[in-house]
Amino acid sequence: MSELVALLHGFTIALEPTNLALMVAGIVLGVLIGVLPGLGGANGVAILLPLTFTLEPVSAIILLSCIYWGALFGGAITSILFNIPGEPWSVATTFDGYPMAQQGRAAEALTAAFTSSFIGAFVAILLVTFVSPLVAGFALRFGPAEFFAVMFLAFASFIGFSSGSPFKTMASMMLGFLLAGVGLDTVTGQLRGTFGSTELMRGFHFLVVVIGLFGISEILQSIEEGLAFRGREGRIDLRAVLRTWGEMLRHRAIVLRSALIGCWMGITPAGATPASFMSYGVARRLSHHGAEFGRGRIEGVIAPETAAHAAGTSALLPMLTLGIPGSPTAAVLLGGLIMWGLQPGPMLFVEQKDFVWGLIASMYLGNVVGLAIVLTAVPWFAAILRIPFPIIAAIVLVVCAIGAYTVNNAAFDIVLMLIFGVLGYMMKKLDYPLAPLVLALVLGDRTEQSFRQALLLSEGSFSIFFSNALVSSIMVLGLVLLLWPLFARLRGGERARASA
Amino acid sequence: MPQFAGGGSGIAQRTMEILLASLMAAIAGLAIREGLRLGNGWAFDGPEAGYFLFWIGLLLLVASTVNLLRALARPADGRLFASWPRLLLVAQVLIPAALYGAAIFLVGIYAASAALVLWFMRGLGGFSLRQAVPVAAALVLTAFLLFEVWFLVPLPKGPVEHALGF
Repeated sequence: MSELVALLHGFTIALEPTNLALMVAGIVLGVLIGVLPGLGGANGVAILLPLTFTLEPVSAIILLSCIYWGALFGGAITSILFNIPGEPWSVATTFDGYPMAQQGRAAEALTAAFTSSFIGAFVAILLVTFVSPLVAGFALRFGPAEFFAVMFLAFASFIGFSSGSPFKTMASMMLGFLLAGVGLDTVTGQLRGTFGSTELMRGFHFLVVVIGLFGISEILQSIEEGLAFRGREGRIDLRAVLRTWGEMLRHRAIVLRSALIGCWMGITPAGATPASFMSYGVARRLSHHGAEFGRGRIEGVIAPETAAHAAGTSALLPMLTLGIPGSPTAAVLLGGLIMWGLQPGPMLFVEQKDFVWGLIASMYLGNVVGLAIVLTAVPWFAAILRIPFPIIAAIVLVVCAIGAYTVNNAAFDIVLMLIFGVLGYMMKKLDYPLAPLVLALVLGDRTEQSFRQALLLSEGSFSIFFSNALVSSIMVLGLVLLLWPLFARLRGGERARASA
Repeated sequence: MPQFAGGGSGIAQRTMEILLASLMAAIAGLAIREGLRLGNGWAFDGPEAGYFLFWIGLLLLVASTVNLLRALARPADGRLFASWPRLLLVAQVLIPAALYGAAIFLVGIYAASAALVLWFMRGLGGFSLRQAVPVAAALVLTAFLLFEVWFLVPLPKGPVEHALGF
């Protein structure tokens, strides 16, 4: 029950007037970011991170995490009303959400989306509250070898769970590691990969890369797709809310299942986007009305939204306990922890109790506040998309440039941001996943450090990664996941031969 | 020039796949060379500075070679990365964005941003100057108050701001 005491203490922190105000501001800003094309959770948080240095770390994380929740909510608005997924994880929501809106059931679809997001998040927060202290306690016994093994597992699961080509996932990840390696080597003091450039001595800051990869590329993609906003009216009245809640009760099995899928995918760093697709697919396969999916079934909104929000929220569990983020946005938040001078990992639960429990308490409050805000304010948020795209694009570009500049006060970073914008645009169009790149960039230094420390302990012998039951089981699990696409392919081949 | 089923031409998906995979292979080559330069062996204090770079570079080389071979093995199926008219749209955003990046070095971020908004609204949106100028002014003024005054974050400034005494 010590968790409950700690949580209550957390509520006293989260309920401080400043923090409460930051929470509301964060949610509103987050929904705005989720609605605007070109600004998403990851780069929205990245842009605002440098502005949080004047705040207490706990206030800063409350502001930034609430932006994240807001962005998760906001993605659904544009998906349902405009058929434009504001965020990658709300793509699956367009399948049934937009048809519902076209049939005049926009209020129903929006209520279902917001409520399922809320429930998904709530299940995940319960998980974070009660499971993360256990994981953190367990992880206190970790040495460098174990930490490296956990990172290895995280990266291997990306390759194992990748929906596209595992080699593209691998290429994207390795590019992230290489970018992380550029700059001053903290162990030997040597310059690596700078090729004589003084600008590169700082290395590639992950915030600059994230703003380019996610923000600039999104603008390029939006303009290419020739955004024509033909939206539906989205006003929600109390009657529609109550009716939809009644209907959702009948689908409680789907809600629960989707929440569990989401939690699982969020903890393993597969992230919210695959979780939403997987949950949608499972709901369609198990439904008696599977054939009607895609034409406006409410389950088709409930399933992906619940899973996406559950995954997005539970992605904070490994970030807080192990220092390994489960999503790109969580990776940016983790980078924030380091910049605020906090050491992510299990010691947070021991040394920074106020920070951890203040954050967890704010997750409960933030999602309640978020649900209330989006249910009442949908028409205003939807009105943003009636602003002509050239204006939005110009403003987003300026905001991204300022965000990239403020990271290091370097105008060169704006150039880098544009280069990464073009790279991100190409990678997205060619189905290279961006999340592994960001995660590798954020975790690269720490992965390398734990690898080096482990090898130092063993005097260069790789046997340290298999030296006890704990580390070897994590490594073996990682290897299985890494080779999973190969197994799946062999099995698929056999089946094809058997049926031939 | 590959033809698309629906008419129109552009850059083939396959071409871009090959281009990106080759680019990544080249980066991998650079990393491997850098790893070798720094030493990829064992020093008294653990692996040398180039150890990680070398192996990661090698893994990237393997992955991008597979991606390259796969793209090469695929027949030219006429699938487009993007058609020319669409790429023209992208260029209409990308080129001003690049000029914007360069202009920040010369005239600071505020003047460059105002010019960018004006250009986008006039060129892409077809707005009149009467509509565009207030939007640009509002954006620049908001940014100035927010960063220089409120958050005390100095942004790059140019001759205009210096003339005004900042």
